[in-house]
Amino acid sequence: MVEADQKAVRQIYWRENRRWMLTLGSIWFAVSLGCGVLWVEPLNQIQLGGFKLGFWFAQQGAIYTFIALIFIYARVMARLEARLGLGEQEG
Amino acid sequence: MSLTETTYWVVGASFALYVLIAIRSRAGSTQEFYVAGKGIHPVANGMATAADWMSAASFISMAGLIGLSYNGYGGSVFLMGWTGGYVILAMLIAPYLRKYGKFTVPEFIGDRYYSDAARVVAVICLIICSVTYVIGQMKGIGVAFSRFLETDYETGLFSGMLIVFFYAVLGGMKGITYTQIAQFCVLIFAYTVPAIFISLQLTGQPIPQLGLGSTLADGTYLLEKLDRTLLDLGFQEYTTSVRGSTLNMAAFTASLMIGTAGLPHVIIRFFTVPTVQAARTSAGWALVFIAILYTTAPAVAAMARLNIIQTLEPQPGQHLAIEERPAWFKNWERTGLLGIEDKNEDGLIQYSADTETNELVTLDNDILVLANPEIANLPNWVIALVAAGGLAAALSTAAGLLLAISSSISHDLLKRTLMPHISERQELFASRLAMAAAVLGAGYLGLNPPGFAAGTVALAFGLAAASLFPALLLGIFSTRVTREGAILGMLSGIGVTLAYVFQHKGIMFIPGTSFLGELPPNWFLGIEPNAFGVMGAIVNFGVTLGVTRLTPAPPDSVQQLVEEIRIPASP
Repeated sequence: MVEADQKAVRQIYWRENRRWMLTLGSIWFAVSLGCGVLWVEPLNQIQLGGFKLGFWFAQQGAIYTFIALIFIYARVMARLEARLGLGEQEG
Repeated sequence: MSLTETTYWVVGASFALYVLIAIRSRAGSTQEFYVAGKGIHPVANGMATAADWMSAASFISMAGLIGLSYNGYGGSVFLMGWTGGYVILAMLIAPYLRKYGKFTVPEFIGDRYYSDAARVVAVICLIICSVTYVIGQMKGIGVAFSRFLETDYETGLFSGMLIVFFYAVLGGMKGITYTQIAQFCVLIFAYTVPAIFISLQLTGQPIPQLGLGSTLADGTYLLEKLDRTLLDLGFQEYTTSVRGSTLNMAAFTASLMIGTAGLPHVIIRFFTVPTVQAARTSAGWALVFIAILYTTAPAVAAMARLNIIQTLEPQPGQHLAIEERPAWFKNWERTGLLGIEDKNEDGLIQYSADTETNELVTLDNDILVLANPEIANLPNWVIALVAAGGLAAALSTAAGLLLAISSSISHDLLKRTLMPHISERQELFASRLAMAAAVLGAGYLGLNPPGFAAGTVALAFGLAAASLFPALLLGIFSTRVTREGAILGMLSGIGVTLAYVFQHKGIMFIPGTSFLGELPPNWFLGIEPNAFGVMGAIVNFGVTLGVTRLTPAPPDSVQQLVEEIRIPASP
C-alpha cells in the first residue's frame, strides 16, 4: 500500500512540476525571444515613457521577468513539496 | 594623493581583504574543497554565483559591446542571453544536480550514463569550455593592472595569479565562495556609482535604469536624441539596429542562454547550498545580483555613447578642436583605447560612421566603462574603485573556472577513473596540486595567449551549449537515454560547433586556414560563429536521441537514480 502511494505521489509531483515548467517556460520564451527579438518591430510602435516597448523588453523587461519567474517557480515548488510531504530536512 | 597612489591603496585594500578571507576559510576535507561543505546560505551563494558569473568581459567590455560594436538594440543578445540562462538553470538543471548531491558535473554524467568513457568525454568538454574562458580572465587581470596601476602586463598577471593561488589552493570552493562574496560587493559598487552619477548629470534621474527612459535637459528623451544623433552621423538608429538578422539574434541569444545553463563552473556553485529548495531560490538571488549590473549596463552604454558624441560635437556642425580636447581624452589616447587622426587637417575632430572621413579612428569598447568616471568628473577614489572592480570581476571568475577544471581532474579523472583507491586525504592533496597546476597553466596561457584568445568568451558558451547542456538535460528528463547516445551526442555537438567556428575563423584560429572565410555571406542561414552553439545543441540532441533508439536501455539502477534525483526527498 505504502509502495503504491509513494508511486502515486511521485507521479502527481512530476506532473505538477512539468505543468509549471511549461507555463513559466512559455512566459520565459515570450518575454525574451518573443517580445525582445521576434515581435520587436510591432512592439516598438508602442511608446513606454522614453522607451520603445520592444527595445525596453530586450534591454530591461525580459531580465525583470526572469527574476520573477525563478522566484515564482521556487515558491510553487516549495508549496507543492510541502503538500505532498516531499520537502527535505536541512543537511 | 595622485590617482595612481589612490588606485594602489584601493586595489591593495581589496587584495588584503581577499587574503584575510582565504586564511580564515581553509578547507579541511574534500567536501569543503569541492562544495564548501554544502552549508552556504542561498542568498550568500547567489552573491558568490553573481561574482563567479560576471567576468572581466561583463564588467569592462559589455557596456561597450552594446553601445558601440552592436550599436544598441543588437547588444540585447548579451543582456537576455546571459540572464535568461538562469531561468533554465533554476527550473531544469540546478535542483536535480543538487539532489544528486555529489561534487562535479562530469561525475553526474559518468554516473547517469554508467560509463567512464562518458565521464572522460565530459571532462574533456569541460576543460575545452573552461580553458577558453579562463584565458580571457587572465588577460583581463594583466590588462587591468597595466592600465590602472601602470605596471607592465606580466607583473600584473603574476600579482593576480598569486592572489588566486593563495585562496584557491588553500580554501578550494570554501575559500573561493567567501572571496567571491567580497568581490561581488566591490565590483557592484564600482559599477553602479559612476552609472548613478552619469545618469544624474544627463537626466537628473539617480536610477540609471529609469534614466535611460528619461528626458535630457533640453526636454527630449535620451534614447530619441541618441537615435537622431546617430542617424545624423550616418549610423543606424540605436534602438532598432539589428545584429545580422532576426534569426541570428535569436540564435545568439539562445546559445548564450543554454550555454549559461551548461557551464560547469556555474552549475557547481549550486552544489554548495544545503537543500534542493535552496538551490532554486539561490538561482533567483544570483539573478537579482546579476541584474543589478545587467540592467545598469544598457544605461551606461547609451549614456556614455551620447556623452562622447556630445563632447566631440556639442552642437550639430560644431566640432571639438583637437587642441581643446579634455584631459581624460588625452589620458586614454596614451593607452591606445582612443585615437584621432585629422584627415581633413582642419584641426577639428569629425566623428561619423563613414570610415573614409571619420577622424575618431580608435574607439575601443572598453572605453565606455573605463573612462566613464573621468568623463563625468568624478573624484579619484571612484576611478580607483573601477580598477578594483574590474580586477574583482576577473579574479572571481578565474577562481571559479579554475576550481571546475581542477576538481574535474583530481576527482573525476584521478579518484573516479584512474586511482579509485586513494584516501580522502590523498585526494585533498591531489586537488590542491591540481589547483596549483591549473593556476600555473592559466597563467602561462595568459602570458602566451594563443591566437584564438581574443573574443573567445562567447565561444565558450557555444561550446557548453553544444556539449554538456543536452547531456545534462536528457540525463535528468529521460530515463531511457543511453551512454552510447550521450557520448556520441556530446562529441558530435562540440565537434560541429568547433568545425563551424574553425571553418570561418581558421583551424585553431590560425589566420589563413579558414576555408570558408569569415564573411557573412558564407554563414549558414546567416548565423555568426559565436551564435552557432544552439545549432550544435540541436545536433547533439538529434544524435543522442537517434543513437538511443538503436542501443539497449540503461540498467535499472540508472533509471532509479533518475527517478530519485527528480524528488527533493523521499516521502
